[in-house]
Amino acid sequence: MLYYLIRRFTSLLLTLALSTIVIFMVMEIVPGDPALIILGIGATDETLAALREQMGLNLPLMTRYLQWVSGVLVGDLGTSYTYSVPVSELIAERSIVSIPLAIIALTLSTIIAIPTGILAASKRGQIADTGIMGLTQLGIAIPNFWFAMLMVYVFAVMLRWVPAGGFPGWDQGIFNALKSLVLPAVALALPQAAILSRVTRSALLEALGEDYIRTARAKGLTRSMVLWRHALRDALIPVLTIMGLQFAFLLAGTIIIENVFYLPGLGRLIFQAITQRDLIVVESSVVLLVASVILINFMVDIAYALVDPRLQSERS
Amino acid sequence: MRHFKPINQMITKGALAILLMTTAAQITTTNITMAAMKNSVTLGMSLEPPHLDPTAGAAAAIDEIVYANVFEGLTRIDRTGAVKPALAESWSVSDDGKIYTFKLHTGVKFHDGTDFDANDVKFSLDRAGGEKSTNAQKGLFKAITSVDVIDAATVKITLSSPAGNFLFNMGWGDAIIIGSESAGTNKTKPIGTGPFKFSKWTKGLSIVLERNDNYWGEAKVLDKAEFRIIPDAAAAVAALLAGDVDGFANFPSPEAIPQFQADPRFTVVVGSTEGETILSTNNKKKPFDDVRVRRAIAHALERQAIIDGAMFGLGTPIGTHFAPHHPAYVDNVNKYPHDIAKAKALLAEAGYPNGFKATIKLPPPTYARRGGEIVAASLRKVGIDLEIIPVEWGQWLKQVFKGEPKDYDLTIVSHTEPQDISIYANPKYYFQYDSQAFRDVMDKLNATVDTEGRYALMRQAQNIISEDAVNGYLFQLAKAGVWNAKLEGLWENSPVQANDLTEVHWKE
Repeated sequence: MLYYLIRRFTSLLLTLALSTIVIFMVMEIVPGDPALIILGIGATDETLAALREQMGLNLPLMTRYLQWVSGVLVGDLGTSYTYSVPVSELIAERSIVSIPLAIIALTLSTIIAIPTGILAASKRGQIADTGIMGLTQLGIAIPNFWFAMLMVYVFAVMLRWVPAGGFPGWDQGIFNALKSLVLPAVALALPQAAILSRVTRSALLEALGEDYIRTARAKGLTRSMVLWRHALRDALIPVLTIMGLQFAFLLAGTIIIENVFYLPGLGRLIFQAITQRDLIVVESSVVLLVASVILINFMVDIAYALVDPRLQSERS
Repeated sequence: MRHFKPINQMITKGALAILLMTTAAQITTTNITMAAMKNSVTLGMSLEPPHLDPTAGAAAAIDEIVYANVFEGLTRIDRTGAVKPALAESWSVSDDGKIYTFKLHTGVKFHDGTDFDANDVKFSLDRAGGEKSTNAQKGLFKAITSVDVIDAATVKITLSSPAGNFLFNMGWGDAIIIGSESAGTNKTKPIGTGPFKFSKWTKGLSIVLERNDNYWGEAKVLDKAEFRIIPDAAAAVAALLAGDVDGFANFPSPEAIPQFQADPRFTVVVGSTEGETILSTNNKKKPFDDVRVRRAIAHALERQAIIDGAMFGLGTPIGTHFAPHHPAYVDNVNKYPHDIAKAKALLAEAGYPNGFKATIKLPPPTYARRGGEIVAASLRKVGIDLEIIPVEWGQWLKQVFKGEPKDYDLTIVSHTEPQDISIYANPKYYFQYDSQAFRDVMDKLNATVDTEGRYALMRQAQNIISEDAVNGYLFQLAKAGVWNAKLEGLWENSPVQANDLTEVHWKE
């Protein structure tokens, strides 16, 4: 087990180190001068030079890379060019929206997906299965921003139960804050739930076809006992993989939903920073996201090992 | 182009339009009335400012929040575009037009409690024009040779040469007066002398101002004003309909305007701006260096089609680089009437009987992306085959605007700086227009102080660039404001990019 974890951990650290280089280089290659974007077209050349110097943009590439990486290593993510505040502060402000939203959406999606997936698998070919699979098909096919807007019109514009968007902040009361996260969470969760439900079903069906299941049945267990005791545990591996991917996506891949509900989330922060060429914000937040994706993967790996004892004793 | 208009035309737009037309029309629940008695306002805006210091950035969103609300200059521009006294109570100009003596208001305090006096004026102007200045409009201060403090309430400003628009320039957001104590922190915590003081900024979401109870002036303003950042057009419509925001001084999607016009809960005001939207042309690059080619393009353009197609009818056709609402405007719209045969003849004369191929680089705003398609279609009719290249602002600035050499043939952009015709006098500007005749007129204009004389020169300047067909002149950008029908006092036009809230109030 320990060996397995150490091996996984080292490869993840390597990935992280490589990603810093890639991210930095990409932002360097993209055309655009942050100073010019800040000062616009009325700027004189001397003003531009003064600002570039102030932002440290005139330093050589290698120096800037090392400065940035050594900063990140000690937890200093730098200062935003455009906002002039520490990047860590910006990320923290956005995270208090993005992380709860991702957790709520993932919880919601899991609550919907796992039971429906199990139900569909256990009633394979029956009406419940066909119905659930039909709904999941729909869930995947409907664009979530469209569904989100539909919900806004029904629940915000017509019924006025929730605001059309925005986020009042947690200091305005948990209820108010949650109220503004409900629709985005549902919009994010539904397509994820649809995918997860299908994965659960197919993983379970595959597991149910294995030899050991036949053995278990042969020794006298009922179909449902086999499903709950043996097949489900086996089917959890692909389900966990997908959940890991989905959580990573929910952290920063939600820009479209953030736009529909004008939520101040991480996705919009990065999008804005890219268009403003706020290099340091893009670099630091992307690295942080890479790190969290890696961490999520690592936790999924641990979960694998817990679910599948064979992985614990693996040596090679 | 002080404004870098939305990058955020998200995919959602098309779907939005359909959804709106169907749903919104059926919604009859009118509950916005509850807003009637409140003493605060929430306005939506589509771009978030990078920071809140107008002396250190070009983004229009900065001024749209703090101009006249938080910060004040010596003078200010009012809703009609006229220069009005602000921190300067009055002024006098020497006979040679080189010395301005400003009499300042006394008893004025900054929001942090420090006193405002002549030293702050000297500090602000020296800083803006100084060597280390990062002021986006440093050119405004170029004429100043010295700022002298006569006494606490009197400042003498000496210019190197007479500048007819000096008082107007001092009314720009970039020329606001700041305190030396707070100069370093204005980006995140703006400290001014205005009727509102900064309260809170939730990045990516909203900026809140509250009333400055110690304001020196007369203004009776609202208790609180909030600016909500709503980049997506669909979300903007929903936020208005749901009553989350009271209005948009500058509504981002022209296609939704008819819907609000039909809704009695909202006031829709279509006003004008200082934004000349033009088909900028690289005057040094072949074949655009030939005036006949540029005139051929002018004859080929279909302005109304662009206004209708790209802006849903919002906008005024122009024939030169000047705002149509200005008294000195010359209507040159019909100087080059739409005439395909004429355009082809001019091209043949210039040596391109079969037309030619060129590129057009389009920055993100709707007017450019949509307008560019229509321009390309019009030019194809006369044999000019345009390849459309969409670019984002960063690329546009780097390649088109600052590129050495300028890396473009044609582009579309809106020049929103007020009264900016002088950009044609700079041969290094991205149009690369080089005309001694034009420069002479500009020199004379700078040296002229009397209004009639200035207007005559402005007309002359407009005619020169029309005659040379420097760029394709398309239309003046409109400002479409949508707000709660009970809300009054917002600006109809934007002579400068600002949301002056000093006269905003709720109707009884």
